[in-house]
Amino acid sequence: MKWGPGGMGHRGSDVPMRILAIARNTFRENIRDKILYNLILFALIMILSSIALGQLTLGLESKMIIDLGLTSVSVFGTLIAIFIGISLVYKEMEKRTVYALLAKPVHRWEFIVGKYLGLLFTLLVNLAIMTIGIALTLLYQGGTEPGTYVRLLPVVYLIYLSLALTTALALVFSTFSTPALSALFTLFLWIIGHFNADLLQFATLTRSATIGWVAKSLYYVLPNFSNFTTLDSRNIIQGAAHALPMDAGVILWITAYGLLYCGGLVAVAILVFSRRDFK
Amino acid sequence: MAQVFVGSGSSGLVERMSIIEIRNLTKDFRVGFWKNRPVRALDDLCLDVPKGDVFGFLGPNGAGKTTTLKLLMNLLRATSGSAHILGEPVESVSMRRRIGYLPENPYFYDYLTPDELLTYVGRLFGIRQPALGKKVRSLLDRVGLAEARRLQLRKFSKGMVQRIGIAQAIINDPEVVFLDEPMSGLDPLGRREVREVIVSLKDQGVTVFFSSHILPDVEALCDRVAILRKGRLQAVGALEEILRMKIEAHEIILAHVKPEDANRLRSMCDALTTIGGRLHLRASSSRQVQLILAHALANDAELISANPVRPSLEDYFLHEVGSGRDGASRQ
Repeated sequence: MKWGPGGMGHRGSDVPMRILAIARNTFRENIRDKILYNLILFALIMILSSIALGQLTLGLESKMIIDLGLTSVSVFGTLIAIFIGISLVYKEMEKRTVYALLAKPVHRWEFIVGKYLGLLFTLLVNLAIMTIGIALTLLYQGGTEPGTYVRLLPVVYLIYLSLALTTALALVFSTFSTPALSALFTLFLWIIGHFNADLLQFATLTRSATIGWVAKSLYYVLPNFSNFTTLDSRNIIQGAAHALPMDAGVILWITAYGLLYCGGLVAVAILVFSRRDFK
Repeated sequence: MAQVFVGSGSSGLVERMSIIEIRNLTKDFRVGFWKNRPVRALDDLCLDVPKGDVFGFLGPNGAGKTTTLKLLMNLLRATSGSAHILGEPVESVSMRRRIGYLPENPYFYDYLTPDELLTYVGRLFGIRQPALGKKVRSLLDRVGLAEARRLQLRKFSKGMVQRIGIAQAIINDPEVVFLDEPMSGLDPLGRREVREVIVSLKDQGVTVFFSSHILPDVEALCDRVAILRKGRLQAVGALEEILRMKIEAHEIILAHVKPEDANRLRSMCDALTTIGGRLHLRASSSRQVQLILAHALANDAELISANPVRPSLEDYFLHEVGSGRDGASRQ
């Protein structure tokens, strides 16, 4: 047995075990929260209601289901991402569960990485449930060709990346702010992030070099959520509904952007959390 | 690790290894709207805790006990000074494999069962199955929570939370355990259970450092104590040594004293009370004691007892730190 007193030196191989333990516990905390179920239930109701709405669009039922279904996934997914992201670290500090945890052989960065992985897994499971909801609705509707189901996947994947970014933003705020303020900040950046392209346009139009420079800097620094929703100035959800093809290279580029940005945000969260005093 | 002299044995001073070394530890908190006003919560604390001791850390609310423990657990960063546990700086993560900590008024994930919580904590220590499962079961037995192992912690009483808190603090078989107010808020039975756990840890050679303001527990358990007041160390040493520093008196109990003798005795002592037909006399000097005893015995009174009265820790506490109450707002 390796856990006797004194004999336990620092073993690097325990790092993944600790991070996974924290991630697993985060996931468990989320799935035992009833509010999460309410959000998923609402999303599923929305997806199901697309059957009724589809009746109004002669011959375009499956398009309506995909359009409304994926929009529901995106909206409720974002709500869930913000909801679980803002409270998770804050709750640990507020309820002081973090005291006993950080007195264990756990680096503060491991705590943040573990929390984030737990959040990502929670989002993945939620997204999977909602996507299965859309697929079952399409199946119930009938007459959908198999290729349509496959076309859902890249869109759901891009939604997932945007949710990962949203929850990383929320995680950063939750390391130093209350849930209400964190939600506000995250939502604020999420909204700005969807109109990011306007900033660049503004930078080229403005006559002041300084303002132009500031607008351009903001364009590069702020998260660009439209990357995940718009391809070739076309909304990806509508693209999927109309069976338009997606370029694998572009998806790869967006993946790299998402990973880099999420990594940067997690690094900021670690930096803030590592310097904290737990009064 | 430094050596610390902890008392005198037959062969001179007893020298033991210091498990916790605190040197000039100081912590300022910044308060005010702009966080520009420093308030000193802990001031230049120096302390050594020898191996195997049950060490009591005493002081009124706001004296800096919890701040010290949080500094030792690296939950707070010191403004100046240093602290070492088991020879390693408190910032060391690997050192925390060898210690246990129970925070003040602990709160654990209330959506977990004791089984799940301890399994989670065990994994953080790198304990793997099947050893982990065995360890969790034996710990739950030890703290008397075997029956409640599948009950979510939200349904736990305060005493049960405290017990699971102790279990998570000792899951790694630590060499030193830090307990922050482990008895506060517990009923007498709960306090006794915690006391028993501390005694059993001591029997296993574990060093226990605990803060408390429940003095009978401290008197019953501690080899040495430190008393903190307004963030400063007031006294440190064996309980006996600290209490001996203070004023002493004698209490003499007499029976079968005639009324006229009682009046005479009253003039000889500092205080006299009658309880159950017996006279309880208090005398502060040895001369008074001699006079009282001589008079009483010459007049056929029966001597029940004559004992030096040492102040209890409670008396000392009130006398020394009672005026430190204004420090309560500092934490």
